[in-house]
Parts: sequence; C-alpha cells; structure tokens
Amino acid sequence: MVIEKYKGMSIKHVKRVDLIFEKVSCRDILVKIMKMTPDEICQELLESDLKGRGGAGFPTGLKWRYTAQEKDPVKYVVCNADEGEPGTFKDREILEQVAEKVLCGMATAAMAIGAKMGYIYLRGEYKFLIPKLNEKLMQFHQTMDEFNLNFRIQVRLGSGAYICGEESALFESIEGKRGEPRNKPPYPTTSGLFGKPTVINNVETLVYSVMIMKYGAAHFKELGTKDSRGSKVFSISGDTPKAGIYELELGMSVFEFVQEFGDGDTKAVQVGGASGFCVPRKKFEETIIGFEGVPTGGSMKLFNSTRSMYNVLHNYLDFFSEESCGQCTPCRVGCQQLLKGVESVKRGDKTSRYLDELVKLAKTMKRASKCGLGQSVGNAFGSIVENFKEEIIY
Amino acid sequence: MIVKVPEGTTILDAAKKMNFKIPTLCNHDDLCVAGNCRVCVVEQLGGKVLVAACATPVSEGMQILTNSMKVRSARKHIIELLLSEHNADCTKCYKNGKCELQNLSNEFCVGDHIFLDLTDIKKYTIDRFSRSIQKDDSKCIRCQRCVRTCEQLQGVNALTVAYKGDHQRIITFEDLSMAEVICTNCGQCINRCPTGALVERTYLDEVWDAILDPSKHVVVQTAPAVRVGLGEELGFEPGERVTGKMVATLKRLGFDSVLDTDFTADLTIMEEGTELLTRLKKAIVDKDPDVALPMTTSCSPGWIKFIEHTFPEYLPNVSSCKSPQQMFGALVKTYYAQVRNLDPKDIVSVSIMPCTAKKFEANRPEMRSSGYKDVDYVLTTRELARMIRQAGVDFSRMKEDQYDSIMGVSTGAAVIFGATGGVMEAALRTAYELVTGREVPFKGLNIEPVRGMEGVRQASVLFEDCKEEWSFLNGIELKCAIAHGLVNARKLMNGVKNGEIDVHFIEVMACPGGCLGGGGQPIPTNEEIRRKRTEAIYAEDMSMELRKSHENPEIIEVYRNFLGEPLGHKSHELLHTHYTRRVRY
Repeated sequence: MVIEKYKGMSIKHVKRVDLIFEKVSCRDILVKIMKMTPDEICQELLESDLKGRGGAGFPTGLKWRYTAQEKDPVKYVVCNADEGEPGTFKDREILEQVAEKVLCGMATAAMAIGAKMGYIYLRGEYKFLIPKLNEKLMQFHQTMDEFNLNFRIQVRLGSGAYICGEESALFESIEGKRGEPRNKPPYPTTSGLFGKPTVINNVETLVYSVMIMKYGAAHFKELGTKDSRGSKVFSISGDTPKAGIYELELGMSVFEFVQEFGDGDTKAVQVGGASGFCVPRKKFEETIIGFEGVPTGGSMKLFNSTRSMYNVLHNYLDFFSEESCGQCTPCRVGCQQLLKGVESVKRGDKTSRYLDELVKLAKTMKRASKCGLGQSVGNAFGSIVENFKEEIIY
Repeated sequence: MIVKVPEGTTILDAAKKMNFKIPTLCNHDDLCVAGNCRVCVVEQLGGKVLVAACATPVSEGMQILTNSMKVRSARKHIIELLLSEHNADCTKCYKNGKCELQNLSNEFCVGDHIFLDLTDIKKYTIDRFSRSIQKDDSKCIRCQRCVRTCEQLQGVNALTVAYKGDHQRIITFEDLSMAEVICTNCGQCINRCPTGALVERTYLDEVWDAILDPSKHVVVQTAPAVRVGLGEELGFEPGERVTGKMVATLKRLGFDSVLDTDFTADLTIMEEGTELLTRLKKAIVDKDPDVALPMTTSCSPGWIKFIEHTFPEYLPNVSSCKSPQQMFGALVKTYYAQVRNLDPKDIVSVSIMPCTAKKFEANRPEMRSSGYKDVDYVLTTRELARMIRQAGVDFSRMKEDQYDSIMGVSTGAAVIFGATGGVMEAALRTAYELVTGREVPFKGLNIEPVRGMEGVRQASVLFEDCKEEWSFLNGIELKCAIAHGLVNARKLMNGVKNGEIDVHFIEVMACPGGCLGGGGQPIPTNEEIRRKRTEAIYAEDMSMELRKSHENPEIIEVYRNFLGEPLGHKSHELLHTHYTRRVRY
C-alpha cells in the first residue's frame, strides 16, 4: 500500500489489524530473543522501520542502538505509560489486556541495551491497573529468574501532570523531582533516568517491538507506507457511532477514516489530540494519517457540524494553559496569551487582525519552547484558526 | 565568523569569544544552566526549532545565526510575553534602572506592546513580613534563579517552584511568609533576582529622617566588605578599594560620627579567641565532658539562622559572641555614649552592611542588652550607594578621609573578616601570639592555608613553646575548618556530625566568598567579581599598619576603661548572646 495509490481515489476500506491485542506466548518470544545478539535485536527493529508510537516518531531501532552503544554499566528501560493526550485511551486497554507483552517488550529492550532495571511510569489516573499489573509483574519476574535474566521492573505512578509524559520530565518525576523537561542535548540515550543511558518507549511501541521479534521485520513492513510502516492503535472518539479502540493499518487518508468512522456529518477531525492537527473537511482526501501527513499518538476526535470550533480551540488552550509546566516563557505565557487572545477576539475587544498576531506568536512558541509541549501548541491553534477563522471571530 | 572552542562549550560562551553578546535572563554565572527563559534562543542552520544558546553545547561545524529574522521575532515575542505577566510599575519599582527585564525591554521592545496585560488577572500580595527580604510575586518572571540559588549555593531550599502552567509560582513551604520559614535572610536570591520580585527591605527613609533630626546623634558603622564593593555601584571597577572616599562621603551625608565595624571585629577576636582558648582549657585541663567543641564562629547572621533551623543540636557549639555589628551597636549606646557624654536614647545607630541577614539580626529581641536597640537601622551596600546618589554627592571626586574616633581604629585582621577564612586567620594571628608570645609562623602574617575559594577547607596550627599559663596547649595541633556558602556549611556540619571532620574551631560564612559576596553587595556578584573583591580585601589588610587585633590601641583602651577583660562581666552582658531553636521548614 503506497501513498500514490490514494491520490484521487474515492473509498477504500480501512484495514483492521490484530497485532497488539493478539494473544501470544511471551515465553516463546523471549526464548527466541535470547538467541539473538543485542545487535541483531536492534538490526531487526531498524529493518522494520518501526517509529515511536507516542507521536514523535523517532525510529525505535535507532534509539535502542544508540543506547546499546553507550559504555555505562548502568542503563535503564522506561515504559512511558503516562497516557495523557486528550482523546487517547489505548495504552490503558493494552495494559489491561496484554500487559505481559509490554513487559516482554521492556525485557527485549533490556537485552538489546544491557539494562538490569526498568520502570513503568503509569498515569496517576490509571492507579486501578496496579493490582493486575503487579500480578503480571510477579509472573514476569519469575520468568526472568527461570531464564536467568537479570532484569527487574518497578511501577512508578504519576500524579496527574500532562507534562510528565514528556520523557525528560518523566525522568525527573521518577527521580522524585518536580516534573519539568530538561534541556536537550543530552538525549535520554546518553543521559536519561538518573543520568544514565535510557531507552524510553511508549507502551504500544514496546508491544510492536515484541511482535516484530515474533514475526520478523519483513512481516511488519508489509503493512503501511514508505514513511509509516505497520499499523497503529487508534483511540476514536467524538461524533462517531463507533467510538473505541481500533488497530488500523497506517497510510489511510482522513477521508477513508471518516468514511469508516464518521457519522455522515463530520466537519473536522482532530488528529493527535490537543497537540495534534485539526483537519477540516476540505482537506480530508489529501491528508494522510501517518508521518508523511499528520502524525498521531492515537487520538482521533471527530467533530460534526453541531460543534463550535471556537469551543474546541478554547478547550485545548485552556488545557495547555493549565498543563504547561510553566518553566519556559513561550509556553507558560504564550498559552495564556493565546487563550485570552481568542477570548478577546470573540468578545470583540480585539479585531480579527489580532488573530494574525496570535498566529505569529504560536509560531514563536513552536520554535522557541523548551520541549514538545510548547512546540506543539501551535499545531492545534494554527490549524483551527486557519481553517475555521469565521467560527473563532463570530 | 568562525570560532574554535573546546568541546562542551555552550553557544553562548562561544559567541562571547567572538564578541557577540546574546541576551540572557535566567542564566547566571554562579548557577547551573536552566534554559527556561528562552531569551537567548538562536537559530541553528538546518534545525527545525531555535535552540537556547545558554543550554546548547556547540558541535563540529555548527552554524549559528544570532540575529536572524526568526531569532529577532522570537526574542521580541518572548520579552513581550514576560512583560505581559510582569507588574511593570517601573517608575515606582525599587529596581527601576537596575532591572534586567527593563533593560531587555529597552533594547528589544521599543514601542507598542502587542499582547494582553495578564497582570490584572492575578492578584498577589507583597510579602513584607521578613525584616530582610521583600517578595513581590507580581514582578516575578519565573526564571528560577532564586530557587537555584537557594538550592545550589545555599542548600536551604526556602524557595521552590510550585503549581504548574498559568498558576506556576515561586513559593515557600506552604506559602508561608518569608519570616516564618527556614529562610536565612542571606539575600543571595535578591542578588540574583533580575527584577524587583525579591528585594531587600529598605530603611533609607528612616535613616534620612534620623540624620535630618537635629535632636538625634546618628552614628554609622561600615562593615569590612562594603569598602571593596561600594565602588561597583558608583562607577568603579570591581575590586576597587574606596574606604577613604566612603568615609568622606558618609560625613558629607550628615552622619554625626563615621565609625568602623572593623573596630568590633578586632573586639570579636579578643572575645571569641578567649572563648575558644577557655573551651580548650576546659576540655584539656578540666576534662569537662560538657564543653562544646568544635566551636563555631558567630559573625554571620545567615549562618546563625541556618544552624538554628538545621543543626539546633549544635547551638552550644556556636560562639556566644555577638557579631561585630551587634557588639558595635551595644558599645555605641553604652561606652560611646559615656565617653561622648550623650544620652543613649538620642543616639541612632546605623550600620552599612554587605548583608541582608544583618537587618534581621538587628531586630532580634535579644539584641538590646544596653536597654536600647543595639543597631537601629541596617543598610546594604546597595542602599548606601542609593543614598549617595540621592544626596547628589559625586563619589568619584570625593577626597579621602579617615574614620572618626573613638571606635574608628582597626587592624588588618579586622578587614579580612570580609573574606572567607578571614575570621579564622584573624583569630589565629591573635590566639597564637597570645599563647606562645610569638607571631604566627606564616610569612608576612598571611595564613595562606585558610584562604581560597574551595567550599570546605581545613588547616591546622601547632602550638609549641607556649607561655606558662597556656602550657597545657604545648604540642596541641589546633585544627580548623572553614566553609562558605551554606551548602558547604551543611557539608561541613554533616562531616562533624558523622565524625569525618574532627576539628577544634570552625568558621562559617553564609555567603559564597564570605561577606564580600554578601546578599547586600552590588549586583551582579559572580565568581570573577568575588575574586577581585577578595584581592582587594587582602590588599587592604597588607596596607594597614596594624594587622593583629590585640594590637589595636582602641581595643586595649576599651578593655582598660570600660569592659575590664575579655569574657568579663561587662562583656558577657553587652557582647554575648544566646540562640533559639527554629523550625525545619
């Protein structure tokens, strides 16, 4: 399936995939992985072209290889389960249904880089998962002992801050400090948790890496496009009769997606949650969901014509104003200015031209913010203001 | 332009080498990199986003634009954003003209401000409960310099970041007032605050009122470190000694008597030195198990409050001597009043200090042993400079003058109180000679091992051929330890606590570098400036005729005519104090 195929095409059925939730024997996979060298593990992942499923899309194999190349005797594997993006709820389901695969993924990473310790940073609101997760962890540790693998995993609970999903803020949080993003470089691969080389992956990425180990890179690559290989779990919500969690092949256009999940009156889809992009109806066909188009961490929100895009935008900005960690100027003050700014325009206190100033500000936030949060506020803001200007002003 | 720099150099420092000034705000030489104000963003060719010059190390072949379109626009936006949440009542602000944000605004944001004013939305009350520090959150720009100062330089953590996003603020424990928490009043945060969010409590008007009140006799004392810092506020280079000019100017301002804290620094040596020797005697001769050793100095009020909060079990170890400032105050209202035939109620005692903690110290309830407040008002070096500007005195053209008498004569030993290790050195110069009858065995009286900028230092002096009354010290190696900056003081005290550091005498100065790096000193203060002020302090010492406290003729006189003897009855009454246990937050 390549992108060219879609150009000008009308309807194509969105292909459902069953990799993430497929019940597999992790023991068998571990046995297989144990026969591989660290380099072979990384190589397999590299060949699969798997990109991080948290949204940023860094090649997972590269991440593991960089960390493996570090000389430090102490390294860590961290599973980012601080699923906080508005509109995503897939990691929760993955952890409920196939936590053993997540643990197996962490063990795979540990073998690839030479780590003895792993952490799962679990979103505070997912506290209810802990008893079950602990059970799985006990079994996992038994398996580790049985296989003579020196790797242990601990769970750390977040406290409800969105920013702690940002990897370096997450490290700070695990270390017991205030969750604020660090300066980069250095990157986690050289200096991550406790200043040690660290692989940090999203829940879903870890499961895919396990499935790639099971079926091989070639099998994984059969799905998706040149830039977006494989499939992805989507959390679908909003004005849709089929809200829920779906694992879909990457590379579909928003149009195809809406055909499948829309309610017939979809006017916009917010791809990637509050930090993602808003795709309006007129751009459905030309927009690919994937790294060549609009990337997503899984959040897909559909809006029909009854929705006010001003309210949607206001909601996001309100969210960011509150969830910015507050340390860097562009993000802390910028979010407040955008929020108060659109309110002023809506009230008529400021003319519509003020929106242009705000768009410029959003660009500065994108360029000058310290971390991904501030850098991505402009995505939603820019795309909503650009496509729904009238709704913001009037 | 191309520049070659060692690996790990930041873009900011590399640019400096090429004579490009990249504006900064959250960056401070003394502190770790934060990279949070983003004022210093620059464009890296080929990069998607701008990078913070202060936080990004250069790499081979890196191409940086410091003034591109993107950089200019972002920088302007960032400064405008800071201004939009900053209570910009500049004309009424204490930091007007000395505010880093104001300077940036002046350089980059001339004309209309684009963004909405966010200050209306947030109402903050100014915390004026502390006698030393005033905290106004409405002027805070969240650069976190104060937080990093309190944590990294002082290890006190009185200030911390709380809440997130639009509610993010710098607060104390439970948002209590600065007076109710562990804050030591050292003022290092003030020295690093780029705006008027943290400033000293000023008593300028009260001092002017006293000067201009003909019924009051206003006495001023100046601390050792002021004479090597004041110049910086008045157009001189760091490290310029301005003692004579300062004295002349103070007289011109209308103080009735311009005296020297150095006099009571010498007195402190007499009292504290005797106290140390007494404690040693109790321990060695009387084998008294209750004698508290090591003994620590008590000159630094920041240190005193710190130990009261954090190591209260060691309070008996702290010398009971008041600080030189308070000894001076007590003597002004007794001895000085007696000699000058003045009613102590008409005397107003003012001190000029490199320190904000001195303001708190002067207001301690125990500091009124003469029946009057020892010291009525404490001004910082910065406040004195402001006073001089207010009076319209052209400082640079003032002719040098001498301190008045009595209580104006001092020695080099007193001057070095201003530098870390100085009290120790002064004490050793006197104690050694007292015990052995000979000068300390160091070239030119300069006890180099106690000097320097290392956080915790140790040294020792061997007592040999002691005088008869001190013969019990024969063969005793007097071991000393010195710390400056409270983070180092904590290290030192922990070392004492777990037995790693076994010494007799400890000097602690709360501020990095000692008083010369005090919280009341000119802004900026950084490593290089501290070094220059230190050089000036030691040069001042070398320039003095008398360099040992016990040789100060006025000290000999005050004991003969008034105090009797060190640790005598009158000394105990006027020159010694006690301490209070305090909360741990």
